[in-house]
Amino acid sequence: MNVSLFVMQCLNGMQLGVLLFLMAAGLTLVFGIVNFVNLAHGSLYMMGAFVGALVYNTTGSFLLGVLAVIPAMLALAFVLELLVFNRLYQRDHLDQVLATFGLILFFNELARMIWGPSPYYMEVPAALSGTVDLFGIPYPAYRLLIVAAGLAVALGCYLLIHRTRIGMLIRAGATHRAMVGALGVNIKLLNSLVFGLGAVLAGMAGMLAGPILSVQPGMGEPVLILTMVVIVIGGIGSIRGAFLGALIVGVIDTVGRTLLPAVLRGLFERGTADTAGPALASMLIYILMAVVLALRPQGLFPVKHG
Amino acid sequence: MLTPSPSSRIAHAAAVRPAASRRPTLYTLFVVLLLAGLALVPTYAALSGQAFYITLFARIVVFAIAALSLDLILGIGGLVSFGHALYLGLGAYAAGMLAQHGIDNGWIHLGVAVAVCAAVGFVTGFISLRTTGVAFIMITLAFAQMVYFLAVSLNQYGGDDGLPLAASSRFGNVSLADPATLYYVAFGFLCLLLLFGTRFIKARFGMTLAGIRMNERRMKALGVPTLQYKLGAYVIAAIVCGIAGVLYANLTQFVSPSYMSWTTSGELIVMVVIGGIGTFVGPVVGALAMVLVEEGLKSATEHWMFIMGPLIVVIVLLTRRGLVGVLHSADVRRAAKTAASGKLMEGRS
Amino acid sequence: MVASLNFRAWHRRIDCAQILATVLAAFAPLASQAADVTPLKIGFIGTLSGPAGALGQDQYDAFMLAIEQKGGKLGGVPVQVVREDDQLKPDIAVQAAQKLIERDKVQIITGVTFSNVMMAIHRPITNAGVLLIGSNAGPTPLAGAGCSPWFFSTSWNNDELHEAGGQLATDLGYKRMVVMAPNYQAGRDAVAGFKRDYRGTLVDEVYTQVNQPDYSAEITQLQASQPDAVYVFYPGGMGVNFVKQYRQAGLLGKIPLISVSTIDGTTLPALKEIAVGAITSSPYSPDLKNAENAQFVAAYSQKYKRLPSLYAAQSYDAANLLDAALTTVKGNASDRQALRQAIKTAKFQSVRGDFSFDTNQFPRAGFYRVDVVKVATGAAFETKGPIVAKTRNLLAQQCKMN
Repeated sequence: MNVSLFVMQCLNGMQLGVLLFLMAAGLTLVFGIVNFVNLAHGSLYMMGAFVGALVYNTTGSFLLGVLAVIPAMLALAFVLELLVFNRLYQRDHLDQVLATFGLILFFNELARMIWGPSPYYMEVPAALSGTVDLFGIPYPAYRLLIVAAGLAVALGCYLLIHRTRIGMLIRAGATHRAMVGALGVNIKLLNSLVFGLGAVLAGMAGMLAGPILSVQPGMGEPVLILTMVVIVIGGIGSIRGAFLGALIVGVIDTVGRTLLPAVLRGLFERGTADTAGPALASMLIYILMAVVLALRPQGLFPVKHG
Repeated sequence: MLTPSPSSRIAHAAAVRPAASRRPTLYTLFVVLLLAGLALVPTYAALSGQAFYITLFARIVVFAIAALSLDLILGIGGLVSFGHALYLGLGAYAAGMLAQHGIDNGWIHLGVAVAVCAAVGFVTGFISLRTTGVAFIMITLAFAQMVYFLAVSLNQYGGDDGLPLAASSRFGNVSLADPATLYYVAFGFLCLLLLFGTRFIKARFGMTLAGIRMNERRMKALGVPTLQYKLGAYVIAAIVCGIAGVLYANLTQFVSPSYMSWTTSGELIVMVVIGGIGTFVGPVVGALAMVLVEEGLKSATEHWMFIMGPLIVVIVLLTRRGLVGVLHSADVRRAAKTAASGKLMEGRS
Repeated sequence: MVASLNFRAWHRRIDCAQILATVLAAFAPLASQAADVTPLKIGFIGTLSGPAGALGQDQYDAFMLAIEQKGGKLGGVPVQVVREDDQLKPDIAVQAAQKLIERDKVQIITGVTFSNVMMAIHRPITNAGVLLIGSNAGPTPLAGAGCSPWFFSTSWNNDELHEAGGQLATDLGYKRMVVMAPNYQAGRDAVAGFKRDYRGTLVDEVYTQVNQPDYSAEITQLQASQPDAVYVFYPGGMGVNFVKQYRQAGLLGKIPLISVSTIDGTTLPALKEIAVGAITSSPYSPDLKNAENAQFVAAYSQKYKRLPSLYAAQSYDAANLLDAALTTVKGNASDRQALRQAIKTAKFQSVRGDFSFDTNQFPRAGFYRVDVVKVATGAAFETKGPIVAKTRNLLAQQCKMN
């Protein structure tokens, strides 16, 4: 593999990382600040993709689809909170895991009943369907949009959390709930806000990923597992951790997938290498997570307290 | 004399209270009925000619055993493991691989399953127990996924196509190929577990474990080697689940990497919590409820997950300690009522 | 205080009642065993939920369409189809098979979408002497040494599916190719089958993760190595992912894409024009020119508002096969040996063209080159011609049926 190819693969990895970050940002906020284990985050991602695709297909405007996701996800978050989550905020993590596990089943079946079991049609907007020349290799233009969107979201979240009053309240609420409540701040409203933000981020991720991935019931779960790995590696509750963790996971996964089989073929005979290579490549990020957890359980870039 | 003497009052009170505690609690009644019912399943199936019920309830019993093993670390130890199905798979694969090589001796199947699960449990437990909370959930999930991918890549043992069980486990003249025999063996093992389990919770190991769950720092301050206890519990849970795996392989006559998937781990957690964490019959009730409700819903509608999902949510929201916990609350209320009426009677005399 | 106590009491009763109810419900079907005119019960096991649910759904819909067209009957006898969802889990499938055999007492089981499920239920079903008519999954062992007289297939076996692909690649004259498949048994079988008939140079064999969302790394590799063509096997959502990303990288026009079971009836609606220009090797296409197929496509499209896929076609054939066989035995399915003989020698019109069973009870049916072309409504399949694989794994010879 020559240098320019390696650089390209790193770029691919970073782009995957940015996609993961969009999912991870919402999840890490809800995990860390609201202290809520939400397994249904993948379902929110899926609903965002379906709703956005529906609007995009009916109106023909990708932008309209993206914008429509925001109120749709806020509404969904509102309903979920009212019916289920309000009662779960005070319960322990196990109850939250179970209830949201039940919600996954519900949403997958709901999507299947409304949109059918087959993948749903969604294409890249015409303006971005071309390629851009990078290092002599044509690179899909749409992917660059995703990178741009991810960076914008990262910047936006950073500004929100660290430079606004609401962000300060969110940070305070994460570490000293009772105190903030005693100071007269409406903690419940704050939690709802964070949850709403998380839902919108997940829905956005779904809408943006839709054109390059298959939009179908159950599309959230594979991404959910990856996302959870990302936030654990990065540090729960930390946006910085989610961003850097996502990049690390994206690059290691991508480069590992391409380098590992080649390296193994050099060391072992073809048959073993072809079996072991992909298996090891799929295990790679889990091994990484186990190592990080064993050595630094709070994550690589945890939230700074105090 | 109009006012009773103190000694007669004490005698009266003594006469009232033992009577109240002699009445069987709802909980004990329920457990007895449940076990009796389960014991009679093969008889019922034979009488009605529906052999299917043996396989259905055998499945429930096997999952009850797996859920019980999870309850040990989840309910009593407070360790939420999202990768417990790993040991179900390891036990199943132990039986499957040995059978593939022509070994059908049940004792060897069990022995290898126990050894492998103990070893893997020790290693993964040692690493995972350095973490707590969400990190522990994730790292147990990670280990399960790693072994899952390993199993998928094992071509000679079927990979993800799975491996039909070449020969059922044989214990001397007793073969697990017969569903009724398998059922009785599994049920017997379950009863054994329940018996030892209830004594275990009250014994030193169980009590220490519960103490660690409630306040680990305090236990450490008392000089208790908390890691050893947690690791010990984790390994025991792994071994019991591995035995359930051997039974499961015999039941389905098939071994597949899907036995280790994270969704199976999730289902085990659901069974434990819905039945009642920390209680010993809870996981059995949870396995029973979950499998039967699934079967019932599946025959009713193809959109059964649309109902099953919210059902789980509702049960989690409305009950505090699962279905068994509901019985416990009923018992507490009855005991309170009896004590109150007892005091009332005492005051009147 | 009183109000909350009542609430708890209320749902306490609900919970206990719920357990009781479901336990009773499980035993309730026993009560309804007393029926006089019992229709012939046929079991259907397929993957009806989850990401791959579309395939099983197509099989089921086509089977039911055939029955509906014959007035709820097959071979003149009323039939009742008992449907079971295996959720792509072999252990659930085994339980479903046991339920169908022991509780519903079915005489015939059909369907079965995926190879791993088929491997799990094949033995329990054939050991019980119940006829298994597979209409999609065709694991290679079951076509060879592991064959059983009680198992018939109306589809193909995994080897020949990809031998056709390899032959097509050779016929098209591609000298250097890269082959890609997911890293599971069917994927590895795909590559093995392809290699048997491909006469050019295999530059690389790439195994990706099952349900991997992002293929940009692999696509970059392709752009760097510049093969003459690429052969892929990515069923279901994986196919949609891959083709979308392949097109976006600008490769679909530049490096020809040959695929099997990747762009099919269930995934083309999600791709439409994105897939135009792709070449596929398929056992079936909606535009195959025969009378039975024309009627089938029209009826299926009208009833289900979508074009039939190969899964639907194979299942429709299974229903017609049973219709012909049951007519021969005059509706008497209890003589299993006679029914088996009738199935083996049945004469019916297949939507794939001529149909006859090989000695291993798999069809001697052909494969076609089917391209994806642009039409007014988006994209459609166009058959270009048959493929005849020259080197075959002679599985039928390995099958020794007693």
